[in-house]
Amino acid sequence: MQKITQTKLIDKAASLLKDGTVSCVLGWSKGEFDYDITPAVFKTEEELKEGFVWNDFCGANFSKYLIEKTRKTEGKILVFLKPCDTYSFNQLLTEHRFDREKVYAVGIPCEGMADVEKVKAACGDGIIKIDCGEKIAVTTLYADDAIEIDAKDVLLERCVNCKSKKHVAYDELLGEEGEVLESARFDEVEKLETMTPDERFAFWQNELSRCIRCNACRDVCPACTCEKCVFNNPQSGVENKSPANSFEEKMFHIIRAYHVAGRCTDCGECSRVCPQNIPLHLLNRKFIKDMNEFYGEYQAGAEVGQRAPLVNYTTDDVEPGEVFDRGDIDA
Amino acid sequence: MQRIGVFVCWCGSNIAGTVDVQAVSDALKNEPGVVFSTNYQYMCSQAGQDMIIQAVKEHNLTGIVVCSCSPRMHEATFRRTAQAAGLNPYMVEIANIREQCSWVHKDIPIGTEKAIILGKAAVAKVNLNTPLTPGESPVTKRALVIGGGIAGIQTALDIADAGFPVDIVEKKPTIGGKMAQLDKTFPTLDCAACILTPKMVDVAQNGKIRIFSYSEVTDVKGFVGNFDVTIKKNARYVKEDICTGCGACVEKCPMKKVPNEFNLGMDNRSAIYIPFAQAVPKVATIDPNACNMLKNGKCGLCARVCAAGAIDYTQKDEYIEEKYGAIVVATGFNPISMDKFDEFAYNQSKDVITSLEFERLTNAAGPTAGKLLRPSDGKHPHTIVFVQCVGSRCDACAEKGKEYCSKICCMYTAKHAMLTRDKYPDTDVYVFYIDVRTPGKNFDEFYRRAVEEYGVHYVKGMVGKVVPEGDKLKVQASDLLSNKQLHIDADLVVLAAAIEPDKSARPLATMLTASMDTNDFFTEAHPKLRPVESPTAGVFLSGACQGPKDIPETVSQAGAAASKVIGLLAKDKLTGNPCIAHSNELMCNGCSSCERVCPYGAITYEDKEFRMPDRTTLVRRIAVVNPAVCQGCGACTVACPSGAMDLHGFASGQIMAEVDAICK
Repeated sequence: MQKITQTKLIDKAASLLKDGTVSCVLGWSKGEFDYDITPAVFKTEEELKEGFVWNDFCGANFSKYLIEKTRKTEGKILVFLKPCDTYSFNQLLTEHRFDREKVYAVGIPCEGMADVEKVKAACGDGIIKIDCGEKIAVTTLYADDAIEIDAKDVLLERCVNCKSKKHVAYDELLGEEGEVLESARFDEVEKLETMTPDERFAFWQNELSRCIRCNACRDVCPACTCEKCVFNNPQSGVENKSPANSFEEKMFHIIRAYHVAGRCTDCGECSRVCPQNIPLHLLNRKFIKDMNEFYGEYQAGAEVGQRAPLVNYTTDDVEPGEVFDRGDIDA
Repeated sequence: MQRIGVFVCWCGSNIAGTVDVQAVSDALKNEPGVVFSTNYQYMCSQAGQDMIIQAVKEHNLTGIVVCSCSPRMHEATFRRTAQAAGLNPYMVEIANIREQCSWVHKDIPIGTEKAIILGKAAVAKVNLNTPLTPGESPVTKRALVIGGGIAGIQTALDIADAGFPVDIVEKKPTIGGKMAQLDKTFPTLDCAACILTPKMVDVAQNGKIRIFSYSEVTDVKGFVGNFDVTIKKNARYVKEDICTGCGACVEKCPMKKVPNEFNLGMDNRSAIYIPFAQAVPKVATIDPNACNMLKNGKCGLCARVCAAGAIDYTQKDEYIEEKYGAIVVATGFNPISMDKFDEFAYNQSKDVITSLEFERLTNAAGPTAGKLLRPSDGKHPHTIVFVQCVGSRCDACAEKGKEYCSKICCMYTAKHAMLTRDKYPDTDVYVFYIDVRTPGKNFDEFYRRAVEEYGVHYVKGMVGKVVPEGDKLKVQASDLLSNKQLHIDADLVVLAAAIEPDKSARPLATMLTASMDTNDFFTEAHPKLRPVESPTAGVFLSGACQGPKDIPETVSQAGAAASKVIGLLAKDKLTGNPCIAHSNELMCNGCSSCERVCPYGAITYEDKEFRMPDRTTLVRRIAVVNPAVCQGCGACTVACPSGAMDLHGFASGQIMAEVDAICK
């Protein structure tokens, strides 16, 4: 259960709209089903009361929406940011992607968000209603009574391995501030590293062959903010290219992982939105882990304006030979 | 569509010996865009170049592929040929089928196949080439010399002599370097100070030369003709322009137990000090690690005795920014540390010393006023063992020492041995050597004099162990010529320690983007034909930073480096490289990644208005490349997440076309 209530967020948003601090609100609203909470823009108190939702399914990270929104909106935009969202927010500011002056950021605490797949696994298909209280009560077509599950048991992978409950950016903070956490988020990557190259290839072959190229991972990714994505650019030579063989199937994701390397904050949105449940975050985490090991601990988005190791040079940077040698051992 | 001509060079038998040149020119004839293909014995010769010009005219060629040696060798030649034929010089591509093919393969079918593939890649690239026009950049007519030893001094004097201003940056409080520490110089035995100190004075008095002593280069930006350099002047707590170098402060300073680095720690100096009597600039410096006033705020004696009022305890490090057209590296060398050579007991006995320490012991301005006395008890040594090649010429796999020959040790050891016998004929002198190497004018004669006239015992073999016992040093060595073990009770053991580049060279090379070899010696642009130029344009090499060198060699290299600098500074404008980066503003996110990786500071950002399809305007931040500053390194093109940055002449599309051609 979330520590801060929906009512409190609506009241905050309404009062900021009323006193003219902001002209609109980026928030969550109910989607087709109770579990597919969708980002939405609210302009009045009435709209907020009618549609604004805050519960265990509000995983969506709004930082990326600010690029388009700040360009088109008169006045300030209110955005609610969970701790992990604030890292993306800062990273985008570092890259000069939106005007900070046009945003009023309210930090809100987060107890972790639910993984719809885990909920489905626990309750079965046919979910028709979800109530988020102390426990998550799920009503399905097939069960007589609502099934109660503990939110802690169905957390998204990124929330199980939450890296920080601390907000690194906000204008106003609701609730209590948390701490940067020690997480086990690299354990899974370590497992991959111990595999032989053939095993690893087979692992990714199996995962990535399920990709249907819906582009959801790219569209949601707060690091994928190019004015013109290479995959949409006819001049790039890879636009809408269908995979010619089983190797090319992987190229989309590998290219994307390289494009966001050093800029990825590990927000985990890619894996959350993947309809094929591909653990895409592992690709990014491998890069983050390598960079931490080669260049010292670095968290993208921890501060505005920080120099990422891949686009920075210091005299004690690791020698290319060492990187090569380690690659050799890995292989 | 391009009309491409392919010209395959035999390079005599250099290429034709391992590559079937006829097969290469035949195969490339069928590549897309190729309308003419031929081969010839020497493409770079007048006849070969005429052949290209003729073919351009006859076949209306728009692009040229020359399959020949490395582009570093003749790219410029063939670009000029293209220009003479009326083509844009950047419509030429070189397929390197010599260094990257014929020279590394022995088998003709394999060599031929690879040559064809390399040719196909070049054809694929030319198909996407566009004519390019270079810009021009001005030249800052001022040179920077990093290092104030004999190399730096000579280079600076020669450049200043041609009328260009020069700055010397020296990290020590005085210029002079290693040569100032030497006693006599081989093979003529003139005293080092007598020939060096007048040059130091010349530097000080030359109106064109500025000395930044006790200073370091901390940042280098820019490129040939236009370097922006930041120099850190370390606080010496003495006002340089006021201090008269009278030495009153040095005398009164109560902190007198500071190891004197000029005498390699064999005696002490005070906390405020002037390294030696002939120092330039002759200005005192306070050692902040030793001075009680700076450490604890107590004392202040030097300020009280200074008649000129030059002491300033509040002085701070100062950063100076200056523009230069050329940079000369003259960072010199140091003897290697003897810590790893336990067998010679260097750390156990004061009487095991290095040759540079021996140099100070025999120097009239040294700790013993020139008398050869043992550091341990001040007695005159009667048996001296010199050990050569300590840390030089080691196995590549050895844990200690260097693979290379330090070059100067044979000669200075002969000098030490000879001078000892000359001054103290009652001394037995042994020299243990692997080989005695004396190539150089009057060098062998000098060595033979040591052996024949002065009776120095030269023993071929290495010293295995030195054990201090009582006031003697038990030396165990092998005599390879008579095949027996020798045991010598020595009073003094002198180690000819290998020399290595100064530790400051590596970070400096990084700042200059100048390349180094595995031993941290700077690499020259060409080992034979361009020995004083670094591969980085505008950076020149002088002295031992490029490799072990004696004084005559250093001075001649210093002069050569100076002449290269003068040649550069004499120009008013430099023709730039048109292969520079440019940003596609429609794709640019303005994310600043490119600006962060640009080593030249060539990228800035501006807010630009874009007309959107719905007739609104959008102001977006975009990257702009300054073409005069960009050097075309391409770092930005790989850092750019959106692919907006690209390089003229090496566009991503061109590179991919080459890769595709190779992988086809």
